[in-house]
Amino acid sequence: MGNQKDYLKDISDIKNIMNRSTRFISLSGLSGVLAGVYALIGAYFAHGIIQNIRSTQNQYKRFFVVFDSIEPLVLIAFSVVILAITTGVILTYRKAKNKGEKFWSSSSKRLLFNFLIPLITGGMFCIILIQYEYFSLIAPVTLIFYGLACVNASKYTLGGILYLGLSNIILGLIATQYIGYGLYFWAIGFGVFHILYGTLMYFKYERK
Amino acid sequence: MGIIENINKVFDHRIRLGMMSILMVNDYADFNTLKELLNVTDGNLASHVKALENAEYIEIEKQFIGRKPNTRYLATKLGKIAFKKHINALEKLINN
Repeated sequence: MGNQKDYLKDISDIKNIMNRSTRFISLSGLSGVLAGVYALIGAYFAHGIIQNIRSTQNQYKRFFVVFDSIEPLVLIAFSVVILAITTGVILTYRKAKNKGEKFWSSSSKRLLFNFLIPLITGGMFCIILIQYEYFSLIAPVTLIFYGLACVNASKYTLGGILYLGLSNIILGLIATQYIGYGLYFWAIGFGVFHILYGTLMYFKYERK
Repeated sequence: MGIIENINKVFDHRIRLGMMSILMVNDYADFNTLKELLNVTDGNLASHVKALENAEYIEIEKQFIGRKPNTRYLATKLGKIAFKKHINALEKLINN
């Protein structure tokens, strides 16, 4: 049967193009590792500032220390997010170029759209929590919604992100039982889990 | 003998097979998306679109996005059934 090889190739072509037309495969694993590293560095500095607040015994003095701490904490948070997104975009753009996949294509748009639905919902929910002063739930809620965003996005990219999402959802639920330790859970979820996920993806798909 | 009959001539080309694969897993695809995914020229793609259209395996939807005309392609019910038959036939051939 001389044509057998052609038929096999047909089947593998079909599989390949079905995947390529529904999934954005150039998401960079390395950028996941770096995002995790930024998160851990951010958490380290934030931890220092928070320790400083906790160690201040005097009530009045403490008020001013808290007041002075808000700005650097917000600055750390924004720096981590912006650095992570920028790195992610640059590395993914490079990877897409290497693979001959278009960076801004219908599959990457679909991936982003589905990732953002739970993420923006979670963000708005956090603002509502701040409005009602339920500060203690913010850390768990961010982890849970970020996890849901990853799970939702997993249908439109390489599979590994599903496990990152599930781990963050579980971690977020556990975090609800340890109020006051939000920063540590953030460091695990956004730091350690990202590094683990990124490393696995890097070795599975990027290092040839 | 029976197996060979199920091998569909219309799908016996890389580009038509690719187009149909894309339309099986996506609700629709526009001309440019197909072009990028299949890596073909306009003229080449257009002729294969015609072939699938003539077989009534795909349908064409013309619409406007803002002011730009946009053409998108969908697999018909007939096309999906034919494609599934074709795949089954391929698998049988390989297993034999």
